[in-house]
Amino acid sequence: MDSSHSEELQLLRRSVAEFVDREIRPHTMEWEQQGAVPRELFSKLAALGFLGVRLSPEYGGGGQNFWFTAALVQELVRCGSIGVAVSVMAHAEFATMLIQRGGSSALQDKYVRAACAGRMIGALGVSEPDAGSDVAALRTRAVRDGDDYVIDGAKLYISNGTIADYITTAVRTGGPGHRGISIIVVPGDCRGLTRKRLRKIGTHAADTAELHFDHCRVPAANLVGAENDGFRLIMAGFEGERLVLATIACSHARLMFEEARKWGHDRTAFAQPLLGFQVWQHRLADVLTRIEAAQTLTDRAIDQYVQGNEAASLISMAKLYATEMALDTARECAQLYGGLSHMEECLMGRLYRDSLALTIGAGTSEMMRGIIARANDLTA
Amino acid sequence: MKVLVAVKRVVDYNVKVRAKADGSDVDLNNVKMAINPFCEIAVEEAVRLKEAGVATEVIAVSVGGKACQEQIRTALALGADRGIQVETESGVEPLVVAKLLKGVVDKEQPQLVILGKQSIDGDNNQTGQMLGALTGMPQGTFASEITVNGEKLKVTREIDGGLQTLSLSLPAIVTTDLRLNEPRYASLPNIMKAKKKQLDVLTPADLGVEVTRHLTQVKVQPPAERQAGIKVEDVAQLVDKLKNEAKVI
Ligand SMILES: Cc1cc2nc3c(=O)[nH]c(=O)nc-3n(C[C@H](O)[C@H](O)[C@H](O)COP(=O)(O)OP(=O)(O)OC[C@H]3O[C@@H](n4cnc5c(N)ncnc54)[C@H](O)[C@@H]3O)c2cc1C
Repeated sequence: MDSSHSEELQLLRRSVAEFVDREIRPHTMEWEQQGAVPRELFSKLAALGFLGVRLSPEYGGGGQNFWFTAALVQELVRCGSIGVAVSVMAHAEFATMLIQRGGSSALQDKYVRAACAGRMIGALGVSEPDAGSDVAALRTRAVRDGDDYVIDGAKLYISNGTIADYITTAVRTGGPGHRGISIIVVPGDCRGLTRKRLRKIGTHAADTAELHFDHCRVPAANLVGAENDGFRLIMAGFEGERLVLATIACSHARLMFEEARKWGHDRTAFAQPLLGFQVWQHRLADVLTRIEAAQTLTDRAIDQYVQGNEAASLISMAKLYATEMALDTARECAQLYGGLSHMEECLMGRLYRDSLALTIGAGTSEMMRGIIARANDLTA
Repeated sequence: MKVLVAVKRVVDYNVKVRAKADGSDVDLNNVKMAINPFCEIAVEEAVRLKEAGVATEVIAVSVGGKACQEQIRTALALGADRGIQVETESGVEPLVVAKLLKGVVDKEQPQLVILGKQSIDGDNNQTGQMLGALTGMPQGTFASEITVNGEKLKVTREIDGGLQTLSLSLPAIVTTDLRLNEPRYASLPNIMKAKKKQLDVLTPADLGVEVTRHLTQVKVQPPAERQAGIKVEDVAQLVDKLKNEAKVI
């Protein structure tokens, strides 16, 4: 925890929690059915300064550190639908932090400002049909033509893909490998861009899409940072993304634990509450212990990150441990719910299926282990 | 116009409270605390008066232990200008709170004092009225609408069977009902400002009030557990059950 801001963080948590109670939780089922959160969610969050938490005050952001983002995320997750936090973070953190980190002041003035104000929604387009974990293999090509770039290719699994007004897109401008990659901001209404919402098995409140770029002409001024310097920006962005995922995982697991504990007290079998059986006391004790461990690790990674220290290894550990823990927690807690956990109407059931993407997005568990191995002299 | 708002630290309304095993009190161990919802409405009303240019300063006051500074900060994050904590142990009875608030009123000379009609822990519904008696100020309790008109305050009250409209001369006391307004969410910029706002701590002695106890809490016990209901098949079965099991008809 950031002790110098503990009071503010507590106030923020409380305010977001109230917002979630009144403005989000009553609508999550509806949004899951629609497959996306409504635009007004972004404008309402923006009005409270919740979208630009970490974005630059110069362009209307809050200028706070990652602890504030973590507080926001923790409370958003408690609405019971991971997609809501994913959608908000894909916009504020994934798509827009990258523009802030590498973009010209003109680009920031246009997109970061609109992002903070909730006037535009952003998406980050990196993954492709043939390049997921192996980002350096991406193929979407951008060719310079006068004052423009012309883009051809495809992106897959892009959060906010169909609702986005701008897509911070990773493209190939140079030769093969990570040295040939650039970032370009593609407007959502660009000619030649087609998008399709994907049907998923979880995270339903987040719009996830497939994008096709067919001769999309984008001003060269939309280039973020220098040409062929995109890989570095993507990797820097991954740190925040992975901390977001670790934070989501911890809060999501805690919610599942709390639901399971309630159920364990209320549901009876063989004439006693389920928590009358020592086996369940111990299983939930293990669940809670792992949640605390994941939270502590995540907090330590955030602490190092916020202090500006080298944190890639710790962040990968937090992402790895917290998301795998959330998946284990989902299994344990769903088991306690019995048949009910398989029902759409049951919150626990929905939390269970929402857990599945955590170990995949923003770098799979295997990629995290690879980073940890390389950072700690474990490769031969 | 200066507005004084009283805020109380209570158990969060979402929490299912439990009695302590020895029955001495409600168990507050590890329980989430919050600003009393009616007090939050009071803060919102005061801040709206300020935004409308009617109020010039909004002061949030809370009586209690150091922990209640959290609720004062919440009020500051919602838009109050400064805070006052009157330091006492927690759980002080309404009459003492009213006397302490009178002390603050004497010191600050507000034109309007807004309080919640009751707090959701003790449900006493006394402090505002007692403060009215002690200060001699007119009071409009259970307000669902208030309008300041020069030296007058129009208060719409929720009473049995309808609405009653009062005209009070300022300075006056108002206690809030649920429908007075819907409180806002604290925004990030206001949260960041809250910590820099002034928060003074006063003791009862500073206000010349002696904290005495006239009430003793004898016992706290949970309501009797209700049996789960059943679905009856038809009207005949319902009538039969009401007659022979419940014995109410
Ligand atoms: C809900 C959701 C939202 C998403 N949102 C976005 C988004 O907004 N923007 C975006 O760009 N992407 C997004 N993604 C995509 C996500 O980043 C990728 O799915 C992820 O990086 C994995 O890529 P892949 O699916 O192509 O799997 P692959 O890379 O094909 O991997 C398949 C499996 O092989 C394993 N594997 C791969 N390489 C190795 C190796 N070297 N050693 C060992 N194992 C290996 C992986 O760990 C994985 O288990 C999202 C995905 C999901 C599910």
